[in-house]
Amino acid sequence: MTRTIEQTTEEVLELAAAHFKVARAELKPDDDFFKKFGIDSLQALDLLTRLEQHFRVELPDYEVQGVSDFKTLAERIQARL
Amino acid sequence: MQAEAFLASFPIYIAEEKAGQRGMLELREYESLGAALREAVKRWAGEVCLIEDDRGRAKLRLTYKEFDETGRWLARGLEDSGFAAGERAAIIMTNQSRWLISAYAIFYAGGVVVPLDYQLTPGEQLALLAHSKARVLVVEWHLWRAMTQAANISALDVNTVLVTEAPANADLYGARRWVEFAAAAKGEPEFRARRRADAACIIYSSGTGGRPKGCVMTHENYLEQCMALTALYPFWPGVRYLSILPTNHAIDFMVGFIGPFTCGAAVVHLRTLRPEFVREAMTKHKITYMSLVPLVLKNLQKGLQARFDELPAGKRMVFGALRGLNKMLTRRRPNLALSRRLLPQVHAAFGGELRALFVGGAFTEPATLQFFYDLGIPVANGYGLTEAGTAVTLNDFKPFRPDTVGRPLPGMEVRIVKPGPDGIGEVAVRSRTVMSHYLDDPELTAETIVDGWLMTGDLGRMDASGHLQLFGRKKNMIVTEEGKNIYPEDIETVFEGLAVKEFCVFAANYLWPKRSMTGEQLVIVLRPEAGQAVSEPLRAELAERNRRLLNYKRIHGYVVWEEDFPRTASLKIKRAVLAEQIGRRLDRSVVTPL
Repeated sequence: MTRTIEQTTEEVLELAAAHFKVARAELKPDDDFFKKFGIDSLQALDLLTRLEQHFRVELPDYEVQGVSDFKTLAERIQARL
Repeated sequence: MQAEAFLASFPIYIAEEKAGQRGMLELREYESLGAALREAVKRWAGEVCLIEDDRGRAKLRLTYKEFDETGRWLARGLEDSGFAAGERAAIIMTNQSRWLISAYAIFYAGGVVVPLDYQLTPGEQLALLAHSKARVLVVEWHLWRAMTQAANISALDVNTVLVTEAPANADLYGARRWVEFAAAAKGEPEFRARRRADAACIIYSSGTGGRPKGCVMTHENYLEQCMALTALYPFWPGVRYLSILPTNHAIDFMVGFIGPFTCGAAVVHLRTLRPEFVREAMTKHKITYMSLVPLVLKNLQKGLQARFDELPAGKRMVFGALRGLNKMLTRRRPNLALSRRLLPQVHAAFGGELRALFVGGAFTEPATLQFFYDLGIPVANGYGLTEAGTAVTLNDFKPFRPDTVGRPLPGMEVRIVKPGPDGIGEVAVRSRTVMSHYLDDPELTAETIVDGWLMTGDLGRMDASGHLQLFGRKKNMIVTEEGKNIYPEDIETVFEGLAVKEFCVFAANYLWPKRSMTGEQLVIVLRPEAGQAVSEPLRAELAERNRRLLNYKRIHGYVVWEEDFPRTASLKIKRAVLAEQIGRRLDRSVVTPL
């Protein structure tokens, strides 16, 4: 299945909402997920693993280093789809 | 105290592991790290020294002989390219075999290693490279690619850039492939001897945006530190150390490279540090030691606790009883064999052969240390800083004292300067492991090393049994749970041009001293223009710029200060004076979170 970046972003937001148990409507692509969920870097890695399983991609650690918003995360995933 | 006497206070280790020390290099006989490593690769030629996994898949396995061969090719290549003894070569890489091989080659060729943090931004890496005057750069291709896009790339002045992991047909941006460079070298390199007082490494403890603090560490610093640490925690062939802290960090450089390599042990690297792969590696490779930061230790604790809570009521009760029994029987000292028998499943989850975890980089809460100790997993916490050559104190297990950071290592003198009535004062350290100086900064060196004593800027107290307790900081900095040292000066560049008259970033505990080593935060002090209020657009701008910082560097909130900042004749902000004024006239509650 080919996804557009908009679809990928939407799926990232849905999965993140489910993972951290918040309503999807509360999340925006530009949100900083560290602040939004009050999580640390290890908890962010947990989310990443879930996203990798969903999208069936492998994201090297360096690709996501420094990424803190959903939009950029979705772009990195999109580049590997 | 002599090393032998100190060692005798660790009966659990000395009895079981003295045999393991046979064959370890007598480091006092060596003049340099290069000379010690050169001997080690011969002595343990057939032993495995490096194992690399990528998401559980085996990627690489090298013997000391193979490590030596590749390292010597690279050394020869460096020498052929004109790299001279005493010149500097920087490494910017994640934890992997080529980090260590490159460092070995640089030492072999008589060079000075400049390990730079791969997690810094490309602009920061380039600024530190320029400061270090490195002639060679060894870097992973993806990091190099990012560096070539940075604004200050034009200032890069190195002779040779070697890249690893570059895809076939990739643009190398003027660099050469590490593999081809090493393979093209012909003949034996010249081993260039160095003396103990010569520089071995330049380690940057801060200065990415402000004043660079390049700690010049000598060969003696490392050889002495390695002797002190391996006296307590010996390595030997068969020991497997899992390296997950960045190798550019003082701790991993010592216990994930120099320590194991001078004893014939093996180092395991993982290409991804996701918690699930770290857990898998512990069992797969039957890890003996691992170093981690408090954040990871707490995460492990949380995971274990969740599993204990999920146990059916009956099993939970039995487990609780066994844990209680282990706690009681190991009250005075650890007993690994007993703990492994009492709590086999817990120990199996850690691979079954784990002897100790080292925790460092930041303060660890006593409750977390106790949690692991009660399970029979000793967590050696301690206190150290780059300037002192890694560790100054390490916790002693006789008995375990989680409320302290342990006793000074052999060869370390620790004293408390100007103690108050409660015995608390600044911690000062004197040892052969203390750095030589800060690179190109005699003024800062003179402020930091006073009459041979390293002034740490940390507040502590020695108790009656010689254990050091920490109570906060005197200096303007914070340390995160991830073990990152953040100096306010280093992040101010992100806020340059902010629409206020002036601003300054501080550690909140520097403004309002607090007897605590946890939950540290940064705050920005804003001096608005006359009549200017902190408007919504300004707040939004502040928040937006804050997001440009890596998450662990972000400021927590802002404070409005209605007076001009005191400045020196050369217009530098007098930070200490300003901090004192703010601390005296404002309360911590005025901080508005961002």
